[in-house]
Amino acid sequence: MQKQTVRGFLLLLIGVIQMRAGADEQVRFDRDVLPILSARCFACHGPDAEQRQADLRLDQEQDIHREHTEGIPVVAGNPDSSVLLRRVGATDPDLLMPPPESGPSLTAAEQHTLRLWIEQGAEWGLHWSFRPQVRPDVASGGAAAIDELVGRQLAARSLQLSGPADPYRKVRRLYLDLIGLPPTPEQADAFAADPSPERWEQLVETLLQQPQFGEHWARMWMDLARYADTKGYEKDRGRTMWPWRDWLIGQLNADRPLDELTQELLAGDLLPNATMDQRLATAFHRNTMSNDEGGTDNEEFRTLAVKDRVDLTLQVWMGLTAGCAKCHSHKYDPLSQQEYYGLYAIFNQTADADRPDDAPLLDVQGADEQEQEEQLQKSVTALRRQLRQLQRQPDPAESERWQVPIPVHSEAGGDAVCTVDASGVISVSGPSPAENDYTIRLPLAAGVLSGIRIQALVPDEAGNPGVGRNPEDPNFVLSELELSIAGSDKSFQPLRIARATADFSQQGWPVTAAFDGDLKSGWAISPRQSEMHTAVFVLSDPVQIAGNSTLQLVMRQRYGRSLTMRQFRISVTAAAATEIEGDVISPAVQNVQSELADAELKLKQFRTGLPRVPVMEELPAEKRRETRLHHRGNFLDPGDSVQAGFPQAFAAIAAADMGSPGRLDLANWLMSDLNPLTSRVWVNRIWSRVMGQGIVATEEDFGALGALPSNPELLELLAVEYRENGWSLRGLLKSICLSNVYQQDSAVTAALLQADPENVLYARASRYRLSAEAVRDQLLAVSGLLSSRQGGPPVMPPQPPGLWRSTYNSENWVNAEGADRYRRSLYTYLKRTTPFPALTTFDSGSGEYCLIRRIRTNTPLQALVLLNDQTALEAAGALALRMMQQPTQQRLEWGMRQALIRPIAAAEAEPLQRLARELRAEYGADPESATALLSSARVEPAEATDIPELAAMIVVAGTILNQDEFLTRN
Amino acid sequence: MNPGLEYRLRTTRRHLLRTAGLGLGSMALQALLADDDPVIASGQHASASRLQPRAKSVIYLHMAGSPSQLELFEHKPKLQQLHLQDCPSSLLEGRRFAFIRGVPKILAGQFRFAQHGESGQWISELLPNFAGVSDRACIIRTMHTEEFNHAPSQLYLHTGNARVGSPAIGSWVTWGLGSLNQNLPGFVVLLSGGKTPDAGKSLWGTGYLPSVYQGVNCRTDGDPVLFLSDPQGISRGVRRRMLDALEELNAAELQRSGDPETGTRMQQYELAYRMQMTVPEVMDLTREPKHILEMYGAQPGYQSPAETAADPRVLYRGDDPTFANNCLLARRLVESGVRFVQLYDWGWDHHGSSPGESIDETLPIKCRASDRAIAALIRDLEQRGLLDETLIVWGGEFGRTPMMQNNVRSELRKGFIGRDHHPDAFTMWLAGGGIRGGLAWGRTDEFGYEAVENPTSVRDLQATILHTLGLDPHRFSYLYQGLQNRLIGPTDEGQVLREILA
Repeated sequence: MQKQTVRGFLLLLIGVIQMRAGADEQVRFDRDVLPILSARCFACHGPDAEQRQADLRLDQEQDIHREHTEGIPVVAGNPDSSVLLRRVGATDPDLLMPPPESGPSLTAAEQHTLRLWIEQGAEWGLHWSFRPQVRPDVASGGAAAIDELVGRQLAARSLQLSGPADPYRKVRRLYLDLIGLPPTPEQADAFAADPSPERWEQLVETLLQQPQFGEHWARMWMDLARYADTKGYEKDRGRTMWPWRDWLIGQLNADRPLDELTQELLAGDLLPNATMDQRLATAFHRNTMSNDEGGTDNEEFRTLAVKDRVDLTLQVWMGLTAGCAKCHSHKYDPLSQQEYYGLYAIFNQTADADRPDDAPLLDVQGADEQEQEEQLQKSVTALRRQLRQLQRQPDPAESERWQVPIPVHSEAGGDAVCTVDASGVISVSGPSPAENDYTIRLPLAAGVLSGIRIQALVPDEAGNPGVGRNPEDPNFVLSELELSIAGSDKSFQPLRIARATADFSQQGWPVTAAFDGDLKSGWAISPRQSEMHTAVFVLSDPVQIAGNSTLQLVMRQRYGRSLTMRQFRISVTAAAATEIEGDVISPAVQNVQSELADAELKLKQFRTGLPRVPVMEELPAEKRRETRLHHRGNFLDPGDSVQAGFPQAFAAIAAADMGSPGRLDLANWLMSDLNPLTSRVWVNRIWSRVMGQGIVATEEDFGALGALPSNPELLELLAVEYRENGWSLRGLLKSICLSNVYQQDSAVTAALLQADPENVLYARASRYRLSAEAVRDQLLAVSGLLSSRQGGPPVMPPQPPGLWRSTYNSENWVNAEGADRYRRSLYTYLKRTTPFPALTTFDSGSGEYCLIRRIRTNTPLQALVLLNDQTALEAAGALALRMMQQPTQQRLEWGMRQALIRPIAAAEAEPLQRLARELRAEYGADPESATALLSSARVEPAEATDIPELAAMIVVAGTILNQDEFLTRN
Repeated sequence: MNPGLEYRLRTTRRHLLRTAGLGLGSMALQALLADDDPVIASGQHASASRLQPRAKSVIYLHMAGSPSQLELFEHKPKLQQLHLQDCPSSLLEGRRFAFIRGVPKILAGQFRFAQHGESGQWISELLPNFAGVSDRACIIRTMHTEEFNHAPSQLYLHTGNARVGSPAIGSWVTWGLGSLNQNLPGFVVLLSGGKTPDAGKSLWGTGYLPSVYQGVNCRTDGDPVLFLSDPQGISRGVRRRMLDALEELNAAELQRSGDPETGTRMQQYELAYRMQMTVPEVMDLTREPKHILEMYGAQPGYQSPAETAADPRVLYRGDDPTFANNCLLARRLVESGVRFVQLYDWGWDHHGSSPGESIDETLPIKCRASDRAIAALIRDLEQRGLLDETLIVWGGEFGRTPMMQNNVRSELRKGFIGRDHHPDAFTMWLAGGGIRGGLAWGRTDEFGYEAVENPTSVRDLQATILHTLGLDPHRFSYLYQGLQNRLIGPTDEGQVLREILA
């Protein structure tokens, strides 16, 4: 049976091949001849000088007509004299080309093509994709032109477009293609009520404006960018890349033109006055893997990352495979090894170097974060100010205990100036000697003196002044405090200090050191230089003061470096020691201080919590690297020095002499109007995403060995319009989606299958399984579980336990609860060595390398995911609960409708009716299983729910969510 | 339902046609034909890459981290003479090492060697059981590779490319030969040692080949294949009824759309249902008789604490049956038609710089936990008549230096004797399918440092494995990004080791 199947397909294949060859007897060089020469001859007779045999080149026009040892390879108009034809058709194995050991001989058809080509004059030309773009001859533009060009091809084969798809399928298709999520049945109804072309256009425009649009299309970019949340290789540690992903979503939602995006992705840091977003954009090329394995050479992996950037850039923008030119000149496309390293040199000047810290990093703040930080900063500033003001005022609660005499004398050493204000605050200004002794004299009224207090103040000024006079380090060191008192006789008698307390003392600099008789020790307050500080000194014995006495304080500050007080206030007291020792800080001040400490902590945590993303940064001029060619791609085997530059084959693009081009020049070169490839490659990619396959089937290869465009004029039209319309993705998608080609029915009739199994002619809409992300997102959406939250750090929805076992990595997967369990799939944490299995089973990538297109497989493992994965099960549970809320008679059709969107005929639900009936009975007889199922699906039934009925409904809902139609873009 | 239409449309290969589009090159044809029925595939491959196969299946035992050849297979009395003397500078000049800096000391082989079997192969006392079957094996003592860090070297060995993104040899083989049992994956990976090998899942990825050929990691803890078990509360009977209803719904859709993919999907659900039965059966070691379990040293259901530990190395035990279980599973899988069974046993990276990674203490434990099972595997396959059609490959990703690693200390300390990575000479062995047993291939110098006779590259090994399976390594290729990609790389340096073939 399988043999027959395969044979059937062979026949179909041959049909396709014949269809092409028979269509046009006029041989075209690029379409018909060049592919043969490049695949069969260029390996030994092509651009690669090292591999070249017999000094013969067949990749350049002048060489094929040149006399060679055995004659002239190609004599235009004369096949029989052309040595090329003789050798490829030789019967003697010694003469046969290509040599039998190096590959199969040319088929009869291929030989015939070469013969026709020579007969017809051996016209030579550029490979098709290297030619300048020319707008095809078509009267209209946009959607109408697409219809016309597809229609021409169909008409030539007596085919026509299929009829329009029914409105419900069409609307579901459009939602899935543009935003990656299905419509609700109500949204579909709204369109189906008036499926006019005007409404369709409205709908297209509405969807292009949805925030989910950016999420859906970001996924394509993430594949191209080899996005992941870890660094790859052995250790595969986490890496913060999600701010770049969020940036990307924002750009797509703003429909940023591709040329601007390209500049920012490749060289945002080099743009004048680069914004944070533009620098963040360059994280694109920091998605390269880095190796933290012990014993690796960072330079080896740095050079690998640079090569990866070259390869990816050429491939994503120009559809060229450069990889092989690392080791030798390209055998098929015009890219020499020298030229490869010319491109390499452009990327070789960034500061990143496979370092374990991933430097350089950018602290990323979005607008929200900026505002948040400003708020936090504001409250810190306000509290500081409040504290300063509070501290400057004498505390009224203390006024009974503490008096502030106005000094009669104040003096500082050097030429420093002391001033005293009306409230008794002493300020020191002017010159600031390294050491300084202050002498203060205070008048005392008659009474008792039991202690004094010094309050070092912070001036209420802008900026962040401290308590000390050295702006670099506004600390102070009070080395010694000497107190003495004089009565009316003016002779000062020393007073002894017994104890002291302070609100704060620096470690190793206690306040008690200020009266230990040692000038080397003292009281200091680092690291809290920006706050007021208070010390209370208690006298050994309270002194009886007669009237007109003077208290003298000598504050010796001998540490050096101007660590002296700026402003202070001195108070005196008669109260008992036990009362005053606590007066170093008032409760009001304490409150504000603790508020301030909280606010400062929050600000600090906020700042350290900011995502730090690896970005590109150009090395300064003196650190620029010399680029040398790597022999055989080995970085330890450097060859000649290479200058930055672009491949010669595209010399026309770089019209002006760019000197030594950099990344920004590269971006401009890629997006130049004269670049023949970029626009073609991109429209083909976008077309493929909504039409099922590319016009050029090999999306990844537009070079000599790639496939030819199935409809060259269509490709040209799209390419020219994309460029002329300002590289707008929305504009391009709108043209495609408004075309009748897009809106056709997708039914595959036997006749269509016969005529065009691959649907290359687009005589029907393509029908294919949704992408991995869309499969999962759709499950969540139709069951009502999907969280609409956008952006933020990656999430960990449930996956089977025990998967993360990679070497040395202690990071754990913890299944998310709440909304993060049900976020869109693009937010799922992607660990390169252990990607999320429910997605990779549906062909999503690991982020290890650039994924140009995904192959669509259809495997039993996919069935297992949709039957048994926890997310699928919870989706079935959630849908079942909602079905149970519907009137009994309508439940099943309602459930099917949620998934398939279109109206469901009663007969369609019959298999489910039977299933529900049987399972209701089965679970009724086995209530334990019913309860177990509810619990595995995390379904919590309301009171008085018929549990067996609900269990049966979960299985029914699961059946609905496994339907082929549900998984398919139709 | 229209049976005629359904029949004609039913194929699993349509997506491959799609990928090829109109530019139908050899890729579409070869992909179309290769992975389905081996008979047809071979017919079509004959012109390109098919040869007479000597083996049908492969069991590849990879000791991740790379065991020391100087303690297992390379008897070098010279090292004894120079023990703890400075390494001759001739061995150091122009070399890069992963960890060694300065002038290290020579380290004598730490275990006794003797000659075994009729062939008189030199084997160390650490492998007494393997010594007993050494006449079945061809020991290659002159392997060399291009890479000296674990991840790139493992990738180079298993995918032919030191960077990620190329198909694993198991993927190549299942793509080329198809599966022998439709109810089982064709390429199965079994892990032990508590860690995934350094290069991770890329070692069994498909790269540019369709993802169907990806290695399936069959686990001995939890579901043997991810998502295989039905959820609690869904019995086999309920599942069957559900799938019956699903088939009816899908048949209606097939009728409407006419899309063969729908037919394929219907088949895949049936296959999944059968796999749910088949895989647990094959993975169920309790079905083995006691004497077989004893022969391997296997213990069904055993969950080793090392398998879930943050640092498993310090929990290794010589009587841990995890690796033995995997060897027995490998036999059961091959017996059931799995094409390529890949075992990775982590924990063979014996630098001697941390606990649990020494030549003197850890290596003997790892040997005890694997030696008996490996010998049993050879004997068991032999007694079932399967050894001739099963190729067994054993080895690490590179070798180890004759010098002790001196980045931490330069004197011997128990439990901290180690050797650094060495890419220029190491030992691997092949046995079974088409291999000449009892052969010692290649000879190294007196330090075991470099090959002096018959150097054997990783490319040679890859070419030889493909060759024994009947695939011409030089022609067996896949067109991707404009290149005919091959396991053995773009150049023809890799050659089949014809001398070691039976």
